[in-house]
Amino acid sequence: MHDMSAHAHATHQAPTSFIRKHVFSLDHKVIGKQYYGMALAAVIIGMFLSWLMRIHLGWTNFAIPGLHILSANGAPGNVMTPEYYLQLMTMHATIMVFFVLTTAPFAAFGNYFLPIQVGAEDMPFPHFNMMSFWVTFVGFLVLVSSFFVSDGPTLGGWTQYAPLSAVGSVGGPGQGLGVVLWAASIAIFCVGQLLGSLNFITTTLDMRTKGMSMWRLPLSAWAWFITSVMGLTAFAVLMPACILLILDHVAGTSFFVPSNLVINDQMQPHAGGSTLLWQHLFWFFGHPEVYIAIVPGMGIVSHVLITNLRRPMLSHRVLIYSMGALAVLSYMVYGHHMFVSGMNPVSSLAFSFPTLVITIPSTIVVLIWLGSLYGSKMRINTASLFALGFISMFISGGVSGFFLAQPSIDIMLHATYFVVGHFHMVMGVAAMFGIFAGTYFWFPKMYGRMMNETLGKTHFWLTFVGAYCIFMPFHYLGIAGNVRRYQAFVDDYLQPLIPVHRFITVAAVATGAVQLIFLFNLFYSRFWGEPAPDNPWQGTSLEWSTPTTPPPHNNFGDHLPVVYHDPYQYGVESSTGDYVMQTSPEQVNNGHDEA
Amino acid sequence: MGKFFAVTIVVIAILSAIPIVRHTWEAPADVSAHGALIDEQMSETMAEAGLSFLASQFLLGWFIWRYSAFKPGDKIKSFPGGAKTMVWAAFLLVGTECLALGVFGVKAWASVYLTPPAADAMTMQVQAGQFAFYFRYPGPDGKLGPIHANLINEANQNFYGLDQDHDTDSKDDIVTAEMAIPVNREVHLLMHSKDVGHSFYVPALRVHQDFVPGLDVSLHFTATKVGRYEIVCTQLCGLGHYNMKAYLSVLSPQDFDDWIKKQAALQ
Repeated sequence: MHDMSAHAHATHQAPTSFIRKHVFSLDHKVIGKQYYGMALAAVIIGMFLSWLMRIHLGWTNFAIPGLHILSANGAPGNVMTPEYYLQLMTMHATIMVFFVLTTAPFAAFGNYFLPIQVGAEDMPFPHFNMMSFWVTFVGFLVLVSSFFVSDGPTLGGWTQYAPLSAVGSVGGPGQGLGVVLWAASIAIFCVGQLLGSLNFITTTLDMRTKGMSMWRLPLSAWAWFITSVMGLTAFAVLMPACILLILDHVAGTSFFVPSNLVINDQMQPHAGGSTLLWQHLFWFFGHPEVYIAIVPGMGIVSHVLITNLRRPMLSHRVLIYSMGALAVLSYMVYGHHMFVSGMNPVSSLAFSFPTLVITIPSTIVVLIWLGSLYGSKMRINTASLFALGFISMFISGGVSGFFLAQPSIDIMLHATYFVVGHFHMVMGVAAMFGIFAGTYFWFPKMYGRMMNETLGKTHFWLTFVGAYCIFMPFHYLGIAGNVRRYQAFVDDYLQPLIPVHRFITVAAVATGAVQLIFLFNLFYSRFWGEPAPDNPWQGTSLEWSTPTTPPPHNNFGDHLPVVYHDPYQYGVESSTGDYVMQTSPEQVNNGHDEA
Repeated sequence: MGKFFAVTIVVIAILSAIPIVRHTWEAPADVSAHGALIDEQMSETMAEAGLSFLASQFLLGWFIWRYSAFKPGDKIKSFPGGAKTMVWAAFLLVGTECLALGVFGVKAWASVYLTPPAADAMTMQVQAGQFAFYFRYPGPDGKLGPIHANLINEANQNFYGLDQDHDTDSKDDIVTAEMAIPVNREVHLLMHSKDVGHSFYVPALRVHQDFVPGLDVSLHFTATKVGRYEIVCTQLCGLGHYNMKAYLSVLSPQDFDDWIKKQAALQ
């Protein structure tokens, strides 16, 4: 690893035409904003789907006004059919996991800020970078198109377990073309993300400016780098798995379907496949995927938090090692999704140990954050509130993982709402809080305007309390044995739990409505927000030293910056106050440079 | 606002813990021979997880309360022991906790999945298919006849594809839509799926096992209390997944004999 002074630039001229500036742009900043816009559209759709699901779960025979317009087959007389519930559920999860949680914290903020934080003009492969967005966007369109085919989208869950996913339309509505579109969309998504990972990795390793050693990279940059390595290896497995699934549909193969299956009294024309094979391939991707969803959030939160604590992180390097350990361990734990799957029960024990061990780096990360709060001068603003809220949510979500890591307890909790509560806490809430923290923090740099603090704080308070009201009860439901992926609760032992579901539904719709405050703030501030200074938070990293706000086309103007310090030199005595920027040649008292 | 946030975190943490401590929502009472180990594992995990949850949320709240109220002249302080304390704490506390639970949990898991069924266990079979469970008992000859997938015909109620005209072992097999077992007798349940993935979950019996199309799996367990319990499917299997259930009756040995005779007469 070496840092660069005069090196091969990824130079491309500033665009002049509208298409080149705003549509097919090579500029990482525009690409980052495009990803953010796509994620925003996706999350609105995903959240709307969750409202439909939650209303149906609370009041199963309720006629939701207008639902038949969305699907005449799926909601005759506006009452959701069982299959339509599963179809909405599948699309909700697929849209959220892939097109929100993998794009916003990683592809959106990472594309915008990684090149700037390393001190580069752009990423080394701008054409691949442009393609990565547009390919991902095409994947999104392919997925959404499945709403409009005659049988509707697939109903098999975002996990698409075989053989239900592979036998075709005989398995149920949406299991023919719906599955093919799902698999094609995800395979296309994987290509987009591989192109993105390529850029992130090479940017981090080869494009750092003079003085920017790896250890001097901010934690957000490290998080994006680690995530992109995970992405490369995880998506590279999911893509062929999706292709094999498509082949089972269109080419008469039987990768995932054994012989002698009988559906609707008809022998299915398949032989030789393995249903467990799909699960192994899927979860080998699937577990790293959830760390791909959370690690960028950890990086963003660390970055936002430390700027608002006005002191160095308790240990910059321990956080980096911990995020790296999470990434490595994430490949060894995937079988915890398969404890009762029918795989060898000794394998279940084998997978449970690394799953328990992964608690250690997760705990170290939380303890480092907590330890950094100690003795700090904590600023409370919307960004820091969401960063602190992330810590609370991550603790809550992480603690429930402790149960699910043990096969003996998984006997009771597998496929119940306990699992759904766990992953919503960490992904649906904590990761979202990371996105919010990043938005409120970096919006001034991206648009030259501040977001409204009153609206921001209101958004935070209502979302924080609302999210706990929604997702904490999921755990109680799971403990009581409430099975997941049910469109209605007909079993005797589930009847007493229906009032809990209704409470959750009210909380979910209310908290969802609160997000309108955020949307309004986003759009209002974009055009009419208070003009922002270049460094509104007195930050130290390179994004705060761009010559203009928003940054110019090549990020740093005529000269690439030279770096003299570690990031996060806060709590020092310098000419600027209690911080020294990475680009400042000033030597300071009480400096904490480790590198 | 920092203090308000601190109070909110602590209040939320306490409110979250209340239903757990009060056992407001619980798994159905255990009626299995092996379930005590699982329940013990669950209680210990809940205690340790619960304490970790409360301690860390309280610590977060306390630090926010204390350090958001800084005065301009305050000096930055470092946590005593620095990052090393945190790393040691993580390894020691969490590491030993995890390993302890993991090691003790092996026993609970092994008692279900890594021990063979008793030699005198009652063997029976369950077949899962969209969207019902069907059970098969071997009848007086003690043998389950072969399954011919090409003969499966739900319309004619030949759920298992039995050829009772030609397979002698099938002639006395008893196929039912409800499951019944004698109390305090180990059952060896052979499991297979007719079509897609399903799962067999009886919360009261502390058993959970996926059906794997193409694979024969099995479970063994002993019910210790007479009663009627629900079997539910937990592996998404299609539009009828929510409704795929069956009843399990645990009967006294005499009642079970009567039941089996009655079912045999209905074949």
